[in-house]
Amino acid sequence: MNTRKIISVAVGVLVPIALLAWWYLASAGSLNPFFPPLRDIVVRFKELWLFDHFATDVLPSLGNLFVGFAIAVILGVALGFAMATVPVLNAMLSPVVQFLRGIPPVALIPILITLVGFGNEMRVASIVIAAMFPTMLSTIDGIRSVEPGLKDVGAVYRFSRGDRLLRVYLPSSLPQIVSGMQVSLQVAFIVMIASEMLGSSQGIGAMTLLAQQSFMSADMWAGILLLGLIGFLTNILFDLVKNRVLSWYVSSKRLERAA
Amino acid sequence: MSTLGTRTGTTSPRPGELLLKVDGLAKSYTSKGKRTDIIGNLTFSVNAGEVVCLVGPSGVGKTTLLKCLAGLHPSTGGEMSIDGRRIYSPPPEMALVFQDYSRSLMPWLTVEKNLRLPLRHLRLPQSEVRTRILDALAAVGLSHAAKQYPWELSGGMQQRVAIARALAYRPEILIMDEPFASVDAQTRFDLEDLVLKIRDDYGMTVLLVTHDIDEAVYLSDRIVAIGLRPAVVLEELTVDLPLPRNQLDTRALPRFAELRNHTLSLIQHASAKPTPSAMEDAVPGAAGAPA
Ligand SMILES: Nc1ncnc2c1ncn2[C@@H]1O[C@H](COP(=O)(O)OP(=O)(O)OP(=O)(O)O)[C@@H](O)[C@H]1O
Ligand SMILES: [Mg+2]
Repeated sequence: MNTRKIISVAVGVLVPIALLAWWYLASAGSLNPFFPPLRDIVVRFKELWLFDHFATDVLPSLGNLFVGFAIAVILGVALGFAMATVPVLNAMLSPVVQFLRGIPPVALIPILITLVGFGNEMRVASIVIAAMFPTMLSTIDGIRSVEPGLKDVGAVYRFSRGDRLLRVYLPSSLPQIVSGMQVSLQVAFIVMIASEMLGSSQGIGAMTLLAQQSFMSADMWAGILLLGLIGFLTNILFDLVKNRVLSWYVSSKRLERAA
Repeated sequence: MSTLGTRTGTTSPRPGELLLKVDGLAKSYTSKGKRTDIIGNLTFSVNAGEVVCLVGPSGVGKTTLLKCLAGLHPSTGGEMSIDGRRIYSPPPEMALVFQDYSRSLMPWLTVEKNLRLPLRHLRLPQSEVRTRILDALAAVGLSHAAKQYPWELSGGMQQRVAIARALAYRPEILIMDEPFASVDAQTRFDLEDLVLKIRDDYGMTVLLVTHDIDEAVYLSDRIVAIGLRPAVVLEELTVDLPLPRNQLDTRALPRFAELRNHTLSLIQHASAKPTPSAMEDAVPGAAGAPA
């Protein structure tokens, strides 16, 4: 069991290192302008992002990502709660929601550009609108699948409405809400980059696209590398928080599997 | 097993006075346009301070009856009242221990917090809340498990947590749906004696559903045997065994065996396939009593 775990962690670490080494070696003498040597990419990575453009481009991108994601989650949970607990609202909104969620989020950006303009508001607004749906839909699912036995307990012991919502429905549906949030985070990330590529001169997305259009391949690859890193680290951070908040859920599932 | 502390002020009926009244209760479920009458014209009552056991074959509608009583399901006919007030929604003087205990505890809360949650809206002083929780846990023998999560406990322990939650709530009437089905024999005896003790110490009224005829005879002041489909009261019998009861002596009394055999034959008779005439005997009034 334990050795197996060590092996799997080792494999998880070694394979990416091996891939990077292979990339480094294979690209070392590359004259192909589109695939510059990894060494050049790393040099440009340092020059661009550490920390020349960090404050002007990386921080605003990350800021948009987290602000947009946070608003999306708050709205998604609130609307999900409302739709799952108020039948009239559900009847009214459900068709609209089903239609809107079918539109690829990136397709909304041109509309938003016309509506909100090219500013930062447009980028945050696109992230919010696109990232809201996964959280909202999983909130609805989560609340609909609250154990009826727990609802009965809330009724028999006459919990207040607030306690019922915040101390029964919310924690009970939290596992589903959080997995919806994880999808929302990925969507937010995609839309963040796309919004910068389509309507901005600032941000990691804009710089990466600009590099591609000016045939500065090393800069382009450096941008992609940075985006990959940010996505990777955000996910790790999310998992850490998730395991913290849902420790009861994680442990009870583990116990269930062991039984 | 420690004491449960003092009950807070009540204006409830004095011992022996009528507390819970079920009058001509009917309940049917309708699914896919087809109506099934589960309970038809069921009448009985429970007096303050009594321990009453409901016995009946599996599937007869005991859980359904309790859920109607607790105001969780609307009845389709008849009336129920507690303290003279009709029951439409969960009454404040009632606590219910569910049959499906594993689905009635919040898995994200520790045992202690599970007990604390129903007390929130009672707005008691913190010290009172703490005493109630500690006493209730001690009463079911789970003081050591206060900080554990329900899913870390065995089925029997979870059921005892659900019982402790009801005890900490200090209801006037405690309703329990097969509460001791999943505990070992010794714990079962202890919990049976706990039921008698909380009645004696705090005048709590207890309505308990059980499959176990011996348990019903041991605990009850009265047994209400229900049977047939739709369910009706087959017989109400007074258990005239001396108080206080004792697991060894009471169960050894000849009268215990008589009551037990009588109840058992009632149940066995009722769980035999009902003849058409028995069905007709059972339904008068049920069809003509919409809510
Ligand atoms: N929501 C429902 N819809 C339709 N039928 C139901 C519903 N709930 C229960 N029933 C039916 O009502 C009948 C009585 O069920 P109930 O759970 O009350 O029996 P019970 O006496 O408590 O049985 P047990 O002793 O096994 O717990 C059963 O036949 C069951 O199938
Ligand atoms: Mg039942």
